Amino acid sequence: MSHRYIPLTSGEEKEMLQAVGVERFEDLIQAIPSHLRLSRPLDVPPALSEMALSREVRRLAQKNKGLTELVSFLGMGWTKHFIPAAVDTVVSRSEFTTAYTPYQPEASQGSLQQIFEYQTMVAEIAGCEISNASLYDGATALVEGLIMASACTKGRKGFAIASSLNPRYREVAQTYASSNAWSFHDVAWTADEGQLDRKSLESTLAANAGKIAALVIQTPNTFGMVEDLEGLAETCKAAGAVLLVVNDPLASILVDPPGAFGADIVVGEMLGLGISTSLGGPALGYLATWKKHLRQMPGRVVGRTLDADGKRAYCLTAQTREQHIRREKATSNICSNQGLMTVVASVYLALQGPKGLEEVAEQCATRLAHVREGLAKAGIRPLFAGTPIQEQAFRLPAGSRARVESACRTAGLLPGVWLADHLPKVPAETLLVCTSETHSKQDLDLLIATLSSAGGQA
Amino acid sequence: MLHDDTGRTLFEKSRPGQRGTGEIEWDIPRKGLDSLVPAKLRRKKAPRLPELSEGEVVRHYTVLSNKNHNIDKGFYPLGSCTMKYNPKVNESLARLSGFSTLHPLQPADTIQGALELMWRLEHMLAEISGMDSVSLQPAAGAHGELTALLVVRAYHLSRGEDRRKVLIPDAAHGTNPASAAIAGFECVTVKSAQDGRVDVEDLKSKLDSDVAAFMITNPNTVGLFETRVEEICAACHAVGAQVYMDGANLNALVGIARPGDLGFDVMHYNLHKTFSTPHGGGGPGCGPIGVKSHLAAFLPSPRVRNSDGKFTLEKPSTSIGPVHGAFGNFLVMVRAYAYILAMGPEGLARVGRNAVLNANYLHAKIKDSMACKYEGPYMHEFVLDGSPLKALGLHTSDFAKRLMDYGVYAPTIYFPLIVPEAMMIEPTETESRETLDRFAEIFLEVLRQCREETETVHSAPHNLPLKRVDDVKAAKDLVLTHPFE
Ligand SMILES: Cc1ncc(COP(=O)(O)O)c(C=O)c1O
Repeated sequence: MSHRYIPLTSGEEKEMLQAVGVERFEDLIQAIPSHLRLSRPLDVPPALSEMALSREVRRLAQKNKGLTELVSFLGMGWTKHFIPAAVDTVVSRSEFTTAYTPYQPEASQGSLQQIFEYQTMVAEIAGCEISNASLYDGATALVEGLIMASACTKGRKGFAIASSLNPRYREVAQTYASSNAWSFHDVAWTADEGQLDRKSLESTLAANAGKIAALVIQTPNTFGMVEDLEGLAETCKAAGAVLLVVNDPLASILVDPPGAFGADIVVGEMLGLGISTSLGGPALGYLATWKKHLRQMPGRVVGRTLDADGKRAYCLTAQTREQHIRREKATSNICSNQGLMTVVASVYLALQGPKGLEEVAEQCATRLAHVREGLAKAGIRPLFAGTPIQEQAFRLPAGSRARVESACRTAGLLPGVWLADHLPKVPAETLLVCTSETHSKQDLDLLIATLSSAGGQA
Repeated sequence: MLHDDTGRTLFEKSRPGQRGTGEIEWDIPRKGLDSLVPAKLRRKKAPRLPELSEGEVVRHYTVLSNKNHNIDKGFYPLGSCTMKYNPKVNESLARLSGFSTLHPLQPADTIQGALELMWRLEHMLAEISGMDSVSLQPAAGAHGELTALLVVRAYHLSRGEDRRKVLIPDAAHGTNPASAAIAGFECVTVKSAQDGRVDVEDLKSKLDSDVAAFMITNPNTVGLFETRVEEICAACHAVGAQVYMDGANLNALVGIARPGDLGFDVMHYNLHKTFSTPHGGGGPGCGPIGVKSHLAAFLPSPRVRNSDGKFTLEKPSTSIGPVHGAFGNFLVMVRAYAYILAMGPEGLARVGRNAVLNANYLHAKIKDSMACKYEGPYMHEFVLDGSPLKALGLHTSDFAKRLMDYGVYAPTIYFPLIVPEAMMIEPTETESRETLDRFAEIFLEVLRQCREETETVHSAPHNLPLKRVDDVKAAKDLVLTHPFE
């Protein structure tokens, strides 16, 4: 029986068995004890034509309510931005999609140069010297950052963690904590501004002297507030620790990037920059750092060199950190990464350039300000004062959640993330609202009106 | 060539003031950055990102893309990587807005289709492998290994046992020991026997009550089925150790045998190998894990539950917790689901069968010219011993580079470590006999050149965009970003 993805005909199969010198296929699998072989067809649905297959998968797609049907203000690490058509045109090219990891540089210059350029863009955005070739997502990039920080501090296992870190990231880090013998020490946020509490940091460092590998802080933090990183690298250094920053790349177009404050390791999520939200994956974790930390860096990296004719060339390099060479002593176990997503992000960043990105960030911040002003009229205030870029936590009146949720459902709105579901220390009615250039004035006003009437005090 | 400006980056083409996107309209009053971000926080030095028009960006990447070998263009016999054809319909289905616009924090009742797809895919993968439960969350094979080892660790701890060791064959992929180390285990190496399979006696001598798991690739990395698999599993189970199957080579077994039936407790799948999703020049992959029922309670959260067609998310208290910020590489799952539906039971049965036939057919055509260290028949791939090249002053890498001059990619080289000058060839079931015949001819021609035109091979490649790339210089100079000055 023929199948559209399999070229051999049954006639060819017979001739090929003959060429191998066996009579039956079973002769080739003698190594599998016969009682262990599968003696029945697999119990999966019967093969579908391309038409029926498309129908079935479309049925599932249509069962979802995507961000095209709902007006959504969800964020918390996954942001939605407009994606220019040229991004998908480039990334649809088989030359990028159907290539493997660029092990043979002479036949992979396309991917290699593209990754080299991606590394440069990430380093520029983060304000660091170097970047790796990608990690799975922001949360796993944080985990890799923790492993790296431990290696940078001769095996220290303690981490001072800002309590305003994305709770999802914190949860993922927790999964890896006990097998690595990590201990996490919470650093409080200030009551008025939701910023890292420096006194709390000092006492955490003092109480765990000689044990803290890194301070882990996110900017903008989970309340959407840009953190002032001034002096933190120096504080860390004095404690023998490194500074590990979880950073929103779009925010650091407007504000000084972590690298400018001497952060040792900068990690984060590139989803949103050309990459669709896609239920959170494929995403794109990035990690930027400095040459002095290269030996501890996880993942692949591309370097520039020459070919035998002296022409400029690119290849995978500094591989003596990686699993295929160092095995159990490798800096990370990562092998396949998020290669194609680096193409997506690179094309997006190249199209936007510094001006386009700045404009997107300004659009987000302005639309957020519009929401803030609108909500203020109904007495709904931000949880903290400070500088937000694309998202901000608002405090709704106690007991209003059910009312707000029901009004939003009727209006076709996903108003944001109820932070207390993820971060128990915040008030129950805290709503994290994420705005972007894709929200029209109408969308913003719908949010303002719905929240104001169901949750306002006016 | 007009547009091939060898290696010139976006940054060198950039011209201040240009951009590839238009200004976005303002339907609300603009406030200006000065009022939005205090001067103290404002970025002092703009990132030096490229400034180019849309057409220039598209051309830059199109010219770059033409310098890549890829599976649509030609044969990609990269062993252990299962470079099979990537069906095109899967690409268009993964782009449906009903999938691509979903946000991971949406309420479950607005993502019923996505949850149903994941639930169905989990069950299909369980049926194909004979495992009881599947988690789709790990983002690649290595991530699956690590996740599985955390599951195994949680299982032992739940029984009050803090086992410290993981046994790994010397032929294993580097991710196995690396994952074990990150999962907090001490790695102990198990030798390979004369026939290329695990040395079961060596394994038994290393098994004790401190062993958490034995990680084994099956078929193994020299393309051989581990015939003594039942004995191996029984010996491990006798001391309470779990048996992990690295499923990178699952393609060989699809429709022929199921890891769960062979006695394995836990395994990972590479959807970007066995289930036809594209490799994307390095990823994204998807590395689900499958477990037997005694390990299911520990799988990563959240878990998708199905109660009469209503899908919900659950966080069991016994779970190791999440290993990814969201659900994993969801759009890769969409592609794999579409692939399984397109194949059906008969199609899947031909995957393993034709992968094995193609490998043995290709091996038969070249075996008289270059031998494998271990004897077949092979499963989906075979590993040649390239050490005879050394007498000619050549290495496997020279041979591989010369092959590429003929429009094929090189086999995987120098892996596994137990074969000297290894050259690992995996044709997959999606290659035609004509391609295999042609590759065999090229292989023999290059071998002739090794003897008669040694220098041609030594200085290969000659027909690619670049000559031999100097990787020693790359590692010495370490230019890892564009030097702007
Ligand atoms: C045998 C084997 N195990 C594990 C892996 C790791 O898989 P991934 O690259 O998806 O992390 C590979 C990938 O090349 C492999 O060949």
